[in-house]
Amino acid sequence: MTRRAMTVSAGLVVAILVVAVLALGVGSISVAPLDVVRTLLGNGSRLTDFAVLDLRLPRVLIALCVGAALGMSGAVFQSLSRNPLGSPDIIGFNYGATTGGLLMILVFGGSLLAVSLGAIAGGLATALAVYLLAWQRGVRGTRLVLVGIGVSAILQAVNFYLIVNAKLADVARATVWITGSLNNLGWEHVWPALIALAVVVPLVLVGVRWLDILEMGDDSAAALGVRVEPSRLYLIVVGTAACAAATAVAGPIAFVSLTAPQLAKRLTRAPGAGILPAAWMGALLVLAADFVAQRVAGSGTLPVGVATAALGGAYLAWLLRRTRR
Amino acid sequence: MRSRTTGLVFALVLLVVVSLLSIAVGARSIPLSTVVHLLFERDGSDASFVVWDLRIPRTLIGIAVGASLGVAGAVMQALTRNPLADPGLLGVNAGASAAAALSVSVLGLTDLRAFVWFAFAGAAIAGTVLYFIAGRGGASPVRLALAGTAVSAALTGLTQCLTLLNQQTLDQMRFWTVGSLQRADDATLVRVAPFLGAGLILALLLARPLNALALGDDAGTSLGAHLGRTRLLSLLAVTLLAGAATAAVGPLVFVGLAVPHMVRALTGPDQRWVLPYCAVLAPALLLAADVLGRVIARAEIDVGVVTALLGAPVFIWLVRRSKAARA
Repeated sequence: MTRRAMTVSAGLVVAILVVAVLALGVGSISVAPLDVVRTLLGNGSRLTDFAVLDLRLPRVLIALCVGAALGMSGAVFQSLSRNPLGSPDIIGFNYGATTGGLLMILVFGGSLLAVSLGAIAGGLATALAVYLLAWQRGVRGTRLVLVGIGVSAILQAVNFYLIVNAKLADVARATVWITGSLNNLGWEHVWPALIALAVVVPLVLVGVRWLDILEMGDDSAAALGVRVEPSRLYLIVVGTAACAAATAVAGPIAFVSLTAPQLAKRLTRAPGAGILPAAWMGALLVLAADFVAQRVAGSGTLPVGVATAALGGAYLAWLLRRTRR
Repeated sequence: MRSRTTGLVFALVLLVVVSLLSIAVGARSIPLSTVVHLLFERDGSDASFVVWDLRIPRTLIGIAVGASLGVAGAVMQALTRNPLADPGLLGVNAGASAAAALSVSVLGLTDLRAFVWFAFAGAAIAGTVLYFIAGRGGASPVRLALAGTAVSAALTGLTQCLTLLNQQTLDQMRFWTVGSLQRADDATLVRVAPFLGAGLILALLLARPLNALALGDDAGTSLGAHLGRTRLLSLLAVTLLAGAATAAVGPLVFVGLAVPHMVRALTGPDQRWVLPYCAVLAPALLLAADVLGRVIARAEIDVGVVTALLGAPVFIWLVRRSKAARA
């Protein structure tokens, strides 16, 4: 990592801590920043323990896990497809994860764990399908993205069909999940998220060394002794796993995997995939978006996915204007 | 020349057959002979009610919307010289939906007559934004498809946000999330027909200039085509067609993509043939998809779902074939 990248990462971590303290303190039971820190260190009163540790900390932790996973996943795919738009939410892997999760909610009436596993399985199956459909003596970036667009159209249609034809009670649960929401998450959701992250992060980091070599082009990579297609498939699988794990916990949160790596890259100005800065940026984005979404709509909490979609849309238009050639 | 005329006649016959099927097939199946009889004589029976008040309006809307989307797709593909262009895929339909949702939630409009104008505005804005993002005419197919996906993802997010925040919007927009002919009625048809008609006529008048455009900007100009005017009018035609179609039945993807490709395989690249063929074969395809959706599942599958399931494989096949995606 370059020195600049390290400084940026450190800055992002500081920003995350600041927003986290804010998110932990602001609400119907208001806790001053210093008291938040004191409570986190184990010296809180009963009231602050309740508000900070029981009520708000799970949500903040999940936002961080989910955001980091999405940021990483986006960095992997943008690097693989050599295209700033080649992120899981454009290629459609999170639509596949959504389909898996919806099947569990709507058809099998599954538990939280079943929904998570369904989402991960759906995401991986979609990744495999897109990879195979895009295969023509190897897989090239643009074709991967375009085939992904086609596949996501199918999956969106399937998702819609599942929702329209389900029982109303299940639909309510499904629509909140499908927008990407951190509402009503507690400690029982934190542990699976942390475990998923603990499994996925090392797997992604193992693949990063190939990622930087693959960016030089297939021929150069092969000359350097990298087995191009197997390592690409490995990266697609772990990148999808990261995105699907995040989707399993919070539903498909739009645009984070698209924007986080790009924003991080603009700050670090470093070549290569920049996995870690992207992960920090993703965590910060989801945390901040959730903080805003919780407070923007007077009554009833807006799902975080809506806030990220609105921010992401504007960013996207700007990006397309800029990269115009 | 003669074979293409014969082909067009066959296409028309096909459309008539599919239309009859669309009137006959459904939750309550009515024999074709009865259908034909009822077409000439409304006898006040239940079957007569189903045919005249449910199935015929639905079929007519299907024909109008299908023709519009097929022609809009053909015009967009000619205008952008992009084989992957489609009003649904490039976000024009999503723009119409988002603007309509906005008018419902902010202004409280509930009548199609009022919000069809917003749908036009949305389609026009999305089309124009896309055109400029992509960099006027010169964009690569890949870039345009990506820009379209991005625009439509953002607009769909906006629509979703509005429906989540506002119960009334949710209720109005439910059938708009995916395209469906299920709620189509006479009133809808009457309200959008003038716009669709105007769009179709405009598009057909553009056939010759679009042919000139296909030769490239320089050759086109030297043949006397007014590039700027042709582009502007084409954008207007697409806005009218895609905006009104979306206002009537919701956003439909892939109809405008797939049909022009099939048609060009039959007719060659001459727009004077491509556009009329599209106007006839696209509705045949849309109605077939609608009938299929009624037949294959116990609960009806909306036509938007069926067209996505049928159209996406065509899209993937085109991507695999295209030279641009090999780079």
